[in-house]
Amino acid sequence: MRAGAKGRPAGEPGFSPPPIRASMAAHPETCPLSDAPPALTHPTPGALFFGYLKIGLFGFGGVAAWARRVIVEERRWLTERDYAEILGMGQILPGPNVGNAAVMIGRRFHGLAGALLATAGLYFAPLIILIGLCLFYDRYGQLPAVAPVMNGIAAGAAGMVIGTALKMTGKLKLSVEALAVLLLAAIAAFVFRLPLPLIVVLLAPVSIAFSLWRAGLLGGAKGAAR
Amino acid sequence: MTLVLQILLTFSILSLVAVGGANAVLPEMHRQLVELRGWMDDATFSQLYALAQAAPGPNILVASVMGWQVAGVSGMAAATLGMLVPAAVLAWGMAGLAWRLRGAPWLKPAQGGLVPVAIGLILAAGLTMAQASYSHGLWPLLVVAVSTIFVWRTDYNPLWVLAGGGVLGAVLLQ
Repeated sequence: MRAGAKGRPAGEPGFSPPPIRASMAAHPETCPLSDAPPALTHPTPGALFFGYLKIGLFGFGGVAAWARRVIVEERRWLTERDYAEILGMGQILPGPNVGNAAVMIGRRFHGLAGALLATAGLYFAPLIILIGLCLFYDRYGQLPAVAPVMNGIAAGAAGMVIGTALKMTGKLKLSVEALAVLLLAAIAAFVFRLPLPLIVVLLAPVSIAFSLWRAGLLGGAKGAAR
Repeated sequence: MTLVLQILLTFSILSLVAVGGANAVLPEMHRQLVELRGWMDDATFSQLYALAQAAPGPNILVASVMGWQVAGVSGMAAATLGMLVPAAVLAWGMAGLAWRLRGAPWLKPAQGGLVPVAIGLILAAGLTMAQASYSHGLWPLLVVAVSTIFVWRTDYNPLWVLAGGGVLGAVLLQ
């Protein structure tokens, strides 16, 4: 059993890490990184759990920034683009995009066990801290006097989230129309406070259509890709 | 139906409409918990929301705190599971679908099309957080600006700016 499990990847049937690269090579237009990024690592189940434990523990004000930092920069489980694509799929599903991405990334590397471990890691530390806060709140009827510190951390976290969005935009070398979609989504959510599901429903099809057209798969505009 | 099952059911439904995460579902959560079911009043809802913000992790855990308020530990477990499981099952299915379609030439470009939407919404979330911090004076905006550039232009550990912001907040707001 053990030998069998070793011979076959624990994740998707027939999955092994290299296809990440192979699939990118098959679509050079979706892989604009000319200078080859450092080699990716294939996380063990334990590494999945502990990586996500860190993401949850440090993720004040939301986990999007830490998730990208840990997965792409520190542990190098995925390329910038692969991670962005998984996050994009997580965005159109209900639920937190990083939580959805944890399920998908966990499944990709270690199947059901991976999905459960990544999810458990993500929520474990925050839940423990929340239980502590709830107990405090039940006893004293107010929040602990950490508000000034939290305000400072929240400001730092806000910058971290903005910086992460800018960094991803820069590294992914988005096309002009993709940049327009990005700005429209940000303006719709931040300035006009439109409901996020509405923004996704309106912009996702447009953006996908643009992307397919760029790849020469829509409107017979093959030449447009190059 | 017992209270815990009601909590499980309520949050399971919320989970399935939470496209965009916690902030997207907050108005509906308020309607369900405060207006329809009368599990808590307006002020409690707001306080619990603030409580959840003080903890790290995905904002969706605001559901856990609400569950705690309604029915203690079992309520927290029911709300958390209700909020996480349906969305996670969908994500699992989506990953499987993407895997089955992996050879399709349109899959990567289609996935790529979702990327700018996701990044745009992350940017909006950061700007919204920055705006919220601005209500405490001008200095948080300085922290936001330094943190933005730090994370955008360098690969150093962002814990430094979080810690710096926390220390500055403690010093300036005491």
